[in-house]
Amino acid sequence: MTELANLTIAEACDRLAKGEFTAVELTRAHVARMESLRGLNAFITETPDRALDEAKASDARRAKGEAGSLEGIPLGIKDLFCTEGVPTTAASHILDGFRPPYESTVTANLKKAGAIGLGKLNLDEFAMGSANITSYYGPVENPWKRRSDPATKLVPGGSSGGSAAAVAARMVMGATGTDTGGSIRQPASFCGIVGIKPTYGRCSRWGIIAFASSLDQAGPMARTVKDCALMLGAMAGHDPKDSTSAPMPVQDFAKALSGDIRGLKVGIPKEYRPAGLAEEVAAIWDKGVEWLKAAGAQPVEISLPYTKYALPTYYIVAPAECSSNLARYDGVRFGLRVEGKTLDEMYKKTRAAGFGTEVRRRILIGTYVLSAGYYDAYYAKAQKVRRLIADDFNRAFETVDVILTPTAPTPAFAIGEKSDDPVTMWLNDVFTIPTSLAGLPGLSLPAGLSSDGLPLGLQLIGRPFDEETVFRVAGVMEDAAGFTARPEGI
Amino acid sequence: MAYTLQGETGDWEVVIGLEVHAQVTSSAKLFSGAATEFGADPNTQVSFVDAGMPGMLPVINRYCVEQAVRTGLGLAAQINMTSVFARKNYFYADLPQGYQISQYELPIVGNGTLIIDMPDGTSKHIGIERLHLEQDAGKSLHDQHPSKSYIDLNRSGVALMEIVSKPDLRSPEEAGLYIAKLRSILRYLGTCDGNMQEGSLRCDANVSVRPKGSTELRTRCEIKNVNSIRFVQQAIEYEARRHIEVYEQGGTIDQETRLFDSGKGVTRSMRSKEHAHDYRYFPDPDLLPLVLDPAMVETIKAGLPELPDAKKERFIRDYGLSAYDAGVLVAERASADFFESVAKGRDSKLAANWVMGDFFGALNATGRTIEDPPVTAANLGMLVDLIKDGTLSGRLAKDVFALMLETGKDPATLIEEKGLKQVTDTGAIEAAIDAVMAANPDKVAEIKAGKDKLMGWFVGQVMKATQGKANPAMLNELLAKKIKG
Repeated sequence: MTELANLTIAEACDRLAKGEFTAVELTRAHVARMESLRGLNAFITETPDRALDEAKASDARRAKGEAGSLEGIPLGIKDLFCTEGVPTTAASHILDGFRPPYESTVTANLKKAGAIGLGKLNLDEFAMGSANITSYYGPVENPWKRRSDPATKLVPGGSSGGSAAAVAARMVMGATGTDTGGSIRQPASFCGIVGIKPTYGRCSRWGIIAFASSLDQAGPMARTVKDCALMLGAMAGHDPKDSTSAPMPVQDFAKALSGDIRGLKVGIPKEYRPAGLAEEVAAIWDKGVEWLKAAGAQPVEISLPYTKYALPTYYIVAPAECSSNLARYDGVRFGLRVEGKTLDEMYKKTRAAGFGTEVRRRILIGTYVLSAGYYDAYYAKAQKVRRLIADDFNRAFETVDVILTPTAPTPAFAIGEKSDDPVTMWLNDVFTIPTSLAGLPGLSLPAGLSSDGLPLGLQLIGRPFDEETVFRVAGVMEDAAGFTARPEGI
Repeated sequence: MAYTLQGETGDWEVVIGLEVHAQVTSSAKLFSGAATEFGADPNTQVSFVDAGMPGMLPVINRYCVEQAVRTGLGLAAQINMTSVFARKNYFYADLPQGYQISQYELPIVGNGTLIIDMPDGTSKHIGIERLHLEQDAGKSLHDQHPSKSYIDLNRSGVALMEIVSKPDLRSPEEAGLYIAKLRSILRYLGTCDGNMQEGSLRCDANVSVRPKGSTELRTRCEIKNVNSIRFVQQAIEYEARRHIEVYEQGGTIDQETRLFDSGKGVTRSMRSKEHAHDYRYFPDPDLLPLVLDPAMVETIKAGLPELPDAKKERFIRDYGLSAYDAGVLVAERASADFFESVAKGRDSKLAANWVMGDFFGALNATGRTIEDPPVTAANLGMLVDLIKDGTLSGRLAKDVFALMLETGKDPATLIEEKGLKQVTDTGAIEAAIDAVMAANPDKVAEIKAGKDKLMGWFVGQVMKATQGKANPAMLNELLAKKIKG
């Protein structure tokens, strides 16, 4: 059974189609892993019974010749996607007891493609965090361990930490993630898997609990580039219910994996080599450049001069939007309510009890930067800088086709490490945030292991709505990297 | 003759600006497909978007945008081809999202003008500063339970146009005329039903005072949510007098939001500036900037109806009406249309008198509306014709009109049935006069001796004898001839 859980989505699709096993068998194999690896705390809500019912229905559809593109594939869903009738928590106490009476567009699209939902995956509370330690339901553990210190539990990255850990630990074949400043790419890097944040507007945000609306974007996390391409094809598409969803055709992303990148120009931004960059990370980046050169692509040094302003810009824009988006969690209509003598007291008690420290911190920052007298100095200025950062990329893409950078400045760190100072934690996203601010597609793939045996990821950034080139280059790098390592014992 | 309030230290002028919230006539809400019908059971017209459920997103209702553009064009205002929706953040139990989607820096409609007609025949141009689209909040019901408040979200998300005037109004009367005129234009355009009782038109008044002759703008107070023209006027007057009293006692006015208590006729503080909300406006990241298609604006422009000002001018010009009469008739599109169908091809002054006199009286008396009139325009027109051609005297016409009200029949039929035709046969009238004279020789003698007043008595007697049908002009002429020779 474990063998089934080791398959890629593409392999499983082929073999399901050939009748070598059924969706029920494939689902059972994953349910077994989900149950045996509960210690990682990757799931907030497991839905094995529902999954098996769906698997039966999937086998019936296949028998009738109605198989979808992900027919019978067991997936995990980040618990930020509203799922009809299944508790949806955003890893927050404040959504206690909330069962949405509706299904997010992305998960509905996956269901339509035949995918099976194994349950809801852990995350940082309201997707705010880079280590999956802010969840009300406890931290997620990375299945990878340091060779030198296997006893220390490491973070899986965040905010899509449950998704990354579950995919790496073969509990699910793929998972949905969301990425606001790096929440798909950084955990993918920490857990040795592939994850892509598509172009802003590619996937509908309808039914995804909002963190920062102008940045939030859903994307797939899986173990291969092709699996991500297959999943994204099913997830993406214009949705009239989301005004920011782009009316763009969805290409056959898997088809883009031609293996041919000859003549392609790959930008290497000089600003992404800050003083404190881990040597191993710099080394793997250099290796990546060599692989691309060997495949016939041409590396070009580029400059993205506004990069250094990305982090402060992000930490104004994202909290500002979050402070407003999270106002609806007020105890009036759903979720947690702590009674008070007056309406204001009920609000205060409910929100104090319902939100964790990091969420409260960001609401406070966001409220502050939008306040009368501070708006121009912070929010308005941040919006201008955001434009400049996007212009940096626009200029670069006049000469290059894709950009290669590290995904994160370090490999996974220990649970408890870096948690004293929020700013140190925020630095995790220094390479992913500029892409988010510019709305561009960014993919992280595992490129190798650190000397201590931890995965290191590289990031590919593409032009808006040019996920095809990103996937094509990623496919070539995946072959070159030959990353076959697995977490110890998995 | 400017409106001033007399204080102990001198005369004061009132400066007023109005913010009118007009509910957009639309069957669906501004950002959701939920229905907007008035008076539905609580919480039956609420979508997941309106309830602020997690992950829900707004999508702009195109029809509401068109209605706002139509209104802007009707107010001769600048249409902003790009406008932006912003979030106005505050916490309240009936505001499910924790913010109201409104427009802040870039509204859909900019500067415009509204003309008010003063009773003395002059008119005054009042500046419109802006019109923006926003969503309404829900309703809190505090009187349904001893310790809890109930929330009805039916209104949550309903489209409103906030129409903001410049501080150009100088008296409660002008404020009333402004609201009435704005309501009239909105109704002509079909963009708001203007119903103040149902809350589809609500008004906030910004009031300040200054010594007469001064041009300064002093601190204003905002009186929120007044729901009738009369109350707006009372609130302004009360508030202005309050300011004057404070100033004359050496005090200062604090900028604050106040509520009008219509029962006591006073305003009272709702929240002071220190407790004023910091709304933390910022562009709503869930919505793209609203960019209008020039072709859409042109189409709306081409389809605009004739508006009250133009109609009034035409009534004065084409029907020879007085400015006052024309003003009364055009206030409502339906009465203007009714008048036109009565007046078309007829004596328009006579038609205007009948419409504004007996017909409006009948509307009041019967409680019917111009859309469902007790006498049709065609029948009233026929009555005017019958007066004009001498078939009916003015007096008979009133009797016939009463019968029309009673029976719904047309005047020609009624005249036939009741034999109410005016007697214009000289012989018949002479015979009646002869009979009355023969019966009252003493009175004939008195008239001949110079007591002219008795002529009226004779006219009455002859009318009585002819059941009022004698043509009054002929009767007078024949009577004079016969008695005085």
